Amino acid sequence: MLRLPKFELASPTTVTEAVALLASTPGSMVIAGGTDLLPNVKHELFTPPLVVSLADIAELRGIRERDGGWTSIGAMTSLADVAANEIVRARYPALSQATGLVAGPQLRTMGTLGGNVLLDTRCQWYNQTYFWRAALGFCLKKDGALCHVVEGGSKCVAAASNDSAPPLMTLRANLVIEGPNGRRTLPIDDLWLADGTYNKKLEPNEVLVEIQVPPTTANHRGAYGKLRERGSIDFPLFGVAVRIELDAHGTVDTADAVVTAMQARPLRLKRFQEHLQGRTPNTAEFEEGARLAADSAHTQCHPMPNIPGDEAWRREMVPVYVRRTILAAASCAGPVHHV
Amino acid sequence: MAARAQHGTGAPFGANEPGAKANTDFRVIGKPRQKIDGLSKATGALQYADDITLPGMLHAKTLRSPHAHARIVRIDVSKALALPGVHAVVTGAEMPIKFGVIPWTQDENALAVDKVRFIGDPVAAVAAIDEDTANAACRLIEVEYELLHVFADPREALTRAEPAIHEDNKHGNVSKHVHLAFGDVDAEIAKCDVVVEDEYEFHGTTHAPIEPHCAVGQYSADGVLTVWSSTQITHYVHRALARVLELPPQKIRVIQPALGGAFGGKSDPFSLEFCVAKLAMKTRRPVKMLYTREEVFYCHRGRHPMQLSYRTGATKDGKVHGVDAKILIDGGSYSSFGLVTTYYAGQLLTGPYDFPSYRFDSTRVFTNKPPCGPKRGHGSVQPRFAFEVQLDQVAEKLAMDPIEIRRKNFVGEHVTTVNGQRITSNGFMQCLDEVERASGWKTRRSKLGFGRGLGIAGSMYISGTNYPVYPNDMPQAGVQLKVDRSGLVTVFTGGNDIGQGSNSVCAYLVAEELGLDVSDVRVVAADTDLCPVDLGAYSSRVTFMVGNATIDAARKLRRQIVTAVAEAWKCDERRVRLIDGRCIDLEDSARSMPMREAFQITEVRFDTLGSTGSYNTPKLGGDYRGGTIGASPAYSFTAHVAEVTVDVETGRITCDKVWVAHDCGRALNPMLVAGQMEGSVYMGLAEALLENHEVNRFGLHSGPNLLDYRIPTSVDTPEFAALIVESLDPEGPYGAKEAGEGPLHPILPALSNAVFDAVGIRLKHLPFTPGKVLAALRANSHGADAPVVGSNAGRTSTPNARPSKGAR
Repeated sequence: MLRLPKFELASPTTVTEAVALLASTPGSMVIAGGTDLLPNVKHELFTPPLVVSLADIAELRGIRERDGGWTSIGAMTSLADVAANEIVRARYPALSQATGLVAGPQLRTMGTLGGNVLLDTRCQWYNQTYFWRAALGFCLKKDGALCHVVEGGSKCVAAASNDSAPPLMTLRANLVIEGPNGRRTLPIDDLWLADGTYNKKLEPNEVLVEIQVPPTTANHRGAYGKLRERGSIDFPLFGVAVRIELDAHGTVDTADAVVTAMQARPLRLKRFQEHLQGRTPNTAEFEEGARLAADSAHTQCHPMPNIPGDEAWRREMVPVYVRRTILAAASCAGPVHHV
Repeated sequence: MAARAQHGTGAPFGANEPGAKANTDFRVIGKPRQKIDGLSKATGALQYADDITLPGMLHAKTLRSPHAHARIVRIDVSKALALPGVHAVVTGAEMPIKFGVIPWTQDENALAVDKVRFIGDPVAAVAAIDEDTANAACRLIEVEYELLHVFADPREALTRAEPAIHEDNKHGNVSKHVHLAFGDVDAEIAKCDVVVEDEYEFHGTTHAPIEPHCAVGQYSADGVLTVWSSTQITHYVHRALARVLELPPQKIRVIQPALGGAFGGKSDPFSLEFCVAKLAMKTRRPVKMLYTREEVFYCHRGRHPMQLSYRTGATKDGKVHGVDAKILIDGGSYSSFGLVTTYYAGQLLTGPYDFPSYRFDSTRVFTNKPPCGPKRGHGSVQPRFAFEVQLDQVAEKLAMDPIEIRRKNFVGEHVTTVNGQRITSNGFMQCLDEVERASGWKTRRSKLGFGRGLGIAGSMYISGTNYPVYPNDMPQAGVQLKVDRSGLVTVFTGGNDIGQGSNSVCAYLVAEELGLDVSDVRVVAADTDLCPVDLGAYSSRVTFMVGNATIDAARKLRRQIVTAVAEAWKCDERRVRLIDGRCIDLEDSARSMPMREAFQITEVRFDTLGSTGSYNTPKLGGDYRGGTIGASPAYSFTAHVAEVTVDVETGRITCDKVWVAHDCGRALNPMLVAGQMEGSVYMGLAEALLENHEVNRFGLHSGPNLLDYRIPTSVDTPEFAALIVESLDPEGPYGAKEAGEGPLHPILPALSNAVFDAVGIRLKHLPFTPGKVLAALRANSHGADAPVVGSNAGRTSTPNARPSKGAR
């Protein structure tokens, strides 16, 4: 078995304490469910001298209804709990579906929503043991100077691989973040950087406290589509969240879609709304709109050989999964997943 | 003990004693029952190698080569030795004698001596107070390498001899070449109405047992070395340790604790066994080494990548007259069982079909990749795939039902194949009948609509071979029984139970023969100090060979017991029956005694009770060089029908159901047989659809972990129907043959053939990735005719619209 390198573990009971601990030791890191951090520490991708556990901070757990139809989800709420939650299922079907498709049952029980939002980017040249990476000569993201995805590339293109980010982006969720200077609220759209080395505008001494999701109405439609080889465990080879808001006549008013597992940050599909707006689900013209949106996604999305899997096939699957997910959203039939 | 009809196929005490086919009066055999170690496995009580902890035990780690092919210029271990907590470091110079499971191709060192041959090749090992210290010390070892040309492509290794991966190999980078011809293939094929010639490819897969390799070494003050190892070949590890460590074999004891899966991946001696032994000898403290998952991938010995070219000729009636094969095998960096693999790739194809003429040319080359070896269905899964797809192509050309063409070419029972293999029992026709019936073949094939289909394939496999790895005339399997006054019988067997249940089989057989409850038989296995030699768990030999040896030993005891009791009762021996834990008088229902009492009476009469039994194969095989390789005392036969759905938009193949009919001779425990059939199918399906033991452009394994190497999960496995066929082999234990490997073979070609039925494309290059399926659909005119299916929303991967298949 791979050994887990030694580190100090602190278990504060308040967020303020946690932030102070992070500030106290350079290189310290937060552990939530540990399903991403611990393998990465075993692979020596991170060598934190201090790991600050959020497990004992009661405030960070649970799903609460807020004024005005908002919902706040504590960052430490497990993915399994988010997926199964009645409020989430009713108001944010795409989020429920996406969190329900992360990894496998054991990992969803340990893994948290906050952890998934802040998931480290992934790459076949990076998520490997120290021995393997040393034999390779390392890579741009960690310990090396070369990128092996884009040979000669000077920018890391490790892929955002979090299933929860696309639905939260289509829902226009806000992140509540606490740092040494108190709390701030950041729209999730503004979290991302197009840099695979570290793709987030989150300081090392900041803690994600909760995810605030705006209200939806009965006219909200959402679905998540996930491409992967196996029916469980695997990270996405492609993920797409679709949001559709219908008007009083059942016609598309607004629409949005965000994809993941492409490049360093989740991507919003361009011109998505214009293909669907004004069309009515379960009509030929809606299906035509879905096809146009899918074609447009195909033009926009160019999967790279950053994560394992045949990138040509991944690209072919972009329009298929975008179209199927639009149709699934419209008919409340998500998720789109092969098993 | 190799006589034909050695023990009979029937129950030991039936109406037709000593056992005819009609005799099914078994008390233990043939009934589903749990494994004797089932409860201790389920409760976690069973001890695996890594559960062993000894006083003062050190932990060892291996330093491995980061280069695919390099000469070692210098190794400096001084900094590692100086690290506090480090007790010893060992390098290849201290164990320079080469070993290898096949005596003719011993080309491995416990640790690299002059050069390294793949990324992951072991270079040095450290024993320290804990694993972290050992790991830290490994990083302090300085190794200077001189890089050499890396062979990644087997075609390059075939033609380029320099630099030789093994400098003392006589044939450059060719590991083994076999060319054998039987009959005049070219003339036979020239007479045929239909000839199909095509190329096929197998990509390479590994075993991925859940338990990583682990070994513990202990060297006693009086000079006895004990090694506990997660091996499936205790005896060969014993021999290899004696050779490499230069110790008298009687000073070495090898023990296999409970094993968490092997599948052929633990049937070579491995570096860690020598390292823990040497480090224990150096430190005089017990030493344990447990491999990481990554190291298990580097140990590999998985299924060889093969490039296969086949030409088959048949007459209009479907009869095959000639088969011509050329196979290039990528062996990776060492020989392992490669000599046998090269033969098996050709020798094991001559059933269940009759080949009037056959030729194969098979070449294994060395490349700078993790070494390939035997994986479940050793050497024959890849050729079987190629041929069974090609046979479907022949049937297609002849517009013949694929099951009918297989019936047409049936080789028969009690025949000798074109390459001189003796086939005894053969239930293949019944296997075909069973899968045809159960799958609804006649009414469903080609009638499920575009995107869905059924495919058939058949196969045969060995139940051990008469090639004992190192030539000798001693028994291949020995068993010893010890009878206790308490009523307990202990079986001592060198056989390796690797989860297949061979220890349980020994207990069932003794219980059946001596009329005992299975729980009154205990099994001590795979301990070289205590158990007679068995060659190990490979080539599907254990149930057949150890089973026969067990019956042999039990019958000797039974005769003594019957004699002693008959004397005590003053009756004819034929009246004495051992059954259900008692010894009874068949003609006087009032007279009986518990077996415990019978044992005691027998001990008085004959002295301390015990017996031995053994098995050796009869002389088998063709009278030519290599004719004995693949010659088995009995062959199992299998047929599969697979049902698939192909999503023509994503290219994804979903296997919906598999019907497996397997002729195992007799199912000693049908639950274990069905379990082996199920495990085989899932393993084979994963090789066809998911798993890929791939080395990338840097010579690195592309993902040596269980996230990137995609073994199926429970949601990725199809429905499954086990249809057990019992042909009652005249030489198997109560007629039994193998069940652990044969049932894997047909699933790969059956899947390809089903995809053809579903969407009209021939998948000939494994694995069947969705990208390949889409490319084939595009290239196929039928595929182009099929409308692009649009609006199938939701979770289903089945197109909503199912147009007719068009011109097929």
